[in-house]
Amino acid sequence: MAPKVKLPKPGELSKIDFKTPATDWMDTPVEFKPGTFCWGSKEKDLLTLGLPNPRQWSPADEDWKIPEGWETTILEGMAERLSKYRSFKIFMDICVRCGACADKCHFYIATGDPKNMPVLRAELIRSVYKKYFTKSGKFLGRLAGARELDMNVLKEWWSYFFQCTECRRCSVFCPYGIDQAEVTIIGRELLNLVGLNIDWISGPAAACYMKGNHLGLEPHAIAGNIESMVDDIEDITGIRVNPTFNRKGAEIMFVTPSGDLLGEPGIQTCMGYLMLFHELGLDYTWSTYASEGGNFGFFTSNDMAKRLNYKIYAEAKRLGVKYIIGGECGHMWRVLNQYMDTWHGPADFLEVPVSPITGTVFENAKSTKMIHISEFTADLIKHNKLNLDPTRNDHLKVTYHDSCNPSRGMGLLEEPREIIKAVCNNFYEMPENTIREKTFCCGSGSGLNASENMEQRMRGGFPRANAVKYVKEKHGVNMLANICAVDRAALPALMDYWNPGVGVTGVTELVANALVMKGEKERTTNLRFEDLPGKGGNE
Amino acid sequence: MDVKFIEIFNEKKTAISSRWLDAMIASYPNDNSGFLMNQKDRFANPVGYTFTIGIEGIIEVLVKGEDFSESVSFLEDIIKVRAIQDFTPAKAMAFVFQLKTIVREELGKEIRQNQIYDALLDFESKIDDLALTAFDIYVKYREQIYELRTDELKRMTFSLLKKANLMSEIPDQEFEHKDQK
Repeated sequence: MAPKVKLPKPGELSKIDFKTPATDWMDTPVEFKPGTFCWGSKEKDLLTLGLPNPRQWSPADEDWKIPEGWETTILEGMAERLSKYRSFKIFMDICVRCGACADKCHFYIATGDPKNMPVLRAELIRSVYKKYFTKSGKFLGRLAGARELDMNVLKEWWSYFFQCTECRRCSVFCPYGIDQAEVTIIGRELLNLVGLNIDWISGPAAACYMKGNHLGLEPHAIAGNIESMVDDIEDITGIRVNPTFNRKGAEIMFVTPSGDLLGEPGIQTCMGYLMLFHELGLDYTWSTYASEGGNFGFFTSNDMAKRLNYKIYAEAKRLGVKYIIGGECGHMWRVLNQYMDTWHGPADFLEVPVSPITGTVFENAKSTKMIHISEFTADLIKHNKLNLDPTRNDHLKVTYHDSCNPSRGMGLLEEPREIIKAVCNNFYEMPENTIREKTFCCGSGSGLNASENMEQRMRGGFPRANAVKYVKEKHGVNMLANICAVDRAALPALMDYWNPGVGVTGVTELVANALVMKGEKERTTNLRFEDLPGKGGNE
Repeated sequence: MDVKFIEIFNEKKTAISSRWLDAMIASYPNDNSGFLMNQKDRFANPVGYTFTIGIEGIIEVLVKGEDFSESVSFLEDIIKVRAIQDFTPAKAMAFVFQLKTIVREELGKEIRQNQIYDALLDFESKIDDLALTAFDIYVKYREQIYELRTDELKRMTFSLLKKANLMSEIPDQEFEHKDQK
């Protein structure tokens, strides 16, 4: 007879460590479960970028192959940054733990994991700061919230600083203005000192360093991709647009994230730029060298961001353009708007941007000499310079997702909305506490839009998707517009999971669909080759 | 379902819902501040909101005693959230079975007094059905996570593969035609 096995009762089965007692955060080591973290950076990419400790490693392994004496490297790195960046020192010192930020992070909201509270995420690093850089921490230790730096702490940093999308929603609510994104930025810098990054960041950064863009597209591939968009535009409109590449003496250089050159729905946004500029007869050129507006160096370190950004002004100078227009992107604009001028300015070889169509002087870009495509387009629409037929977008019920960096980072709130209202008849805002400065992140920003961490992305994007669900149910919204390449790459998956049936589009794609071009044939499809309402053959 | 059972269930409905929600929130032991329970704004706390509305919805349908298929959308909303959180499948789904215990404890006295044990068994069978549906939903969403990964890769590379003649699109019409066969 088989031995008698004692089976658990049904109640026991469902109760197994169900009410785990919460342990103190310092005593809760981080777990690495597949689906919730990104792969570690590859040896070859760190070699390319000249970053420390290049080796093959996996976050799932116990041994992360960190060199001896790493504690000293990290602490010295911390000391250097405390003396170099006053903001970092202040953010370490002034937090009073009021908790205003605690429930504002999309990752915390969706996981309930306290280490995703911005205050505690900062505390991960602050506790080490206290131990080694403050008297109270040195003497009182844990009583003063201080702790030793050990391998568990390092792994915890890696996990949680790559669970922050640097969206800065928490900083909107902080009475002291502590910018958690900057704490994460420093945290990531320190991790990079011992070779800890993620593949989805160091891979694109290395490609950008060697080829000029994150996707590693070489000049002929860029020109080829744009050529095939030109063919598609001709099929749809009957008009052949003629973009130029690396043309010296053009008035304007156009820089966009390389995500717009490959993959849907980025390419439709790119087709939109091509059509708009052609219709205006704009004297502009693409650059196959400054072929990336985005900057994954920004998710690595200040030095790396600076290095990758250099090409933009350098290329503008080489081509002798007057100013630069930039495409729809998120973090690209935080870098361009807030850092580029300090790193590589003043760009006194450029001129203050003036729209050749309306004569508007973009005083806001007086120093950087670079304007956002939405500012440019909204100005055209305000001056009634575009012939638009919004009924072509009548099958769409559109809502607008404020991308974190353009909204919170540079205050670009009204322009995209003015554009959408001019090119679409059906526009519905999401609830007030989920848009504009309080916008919820897509959950995949700051280099976290890899695919191996899909679960994590679905969590992080839940608050955003939840607001979209509301307007979908209330108004029948079926299109989520945005001005960010990461959004265009990441939101389709988010919508497929949480709100199937809601598409994702760049704002300029909507513009191009509504744009009545001079001499165009009667359009029967939109830029995605889908039938236009009332004009298609398959309806 | 037994009229008396429905009557007493209805009386205790609020208590049952609230205990069920408590049990579900208890699966987030780290939520010391009580955020999931206390923040009532549906946009600031989508997880708590989804659970609250979902539980009320399921209870309403169960109480009517008829077809529970109306409750599937509520169940789906809850499971969608739990499928992407840090739970083993058992832990993610345990909440369905917890309802049995809660109902037994809440209604035990009345059931004994009224001698309606059969009605309780009927009700528990309904929860079993609900659990089976819940498994289907859970697996569907877990599978979707992996589909999302492949779909994303396709979106990123489709235009390239098409250009290199490594992939071609089957026109819609042809596709529909094949489906009809």
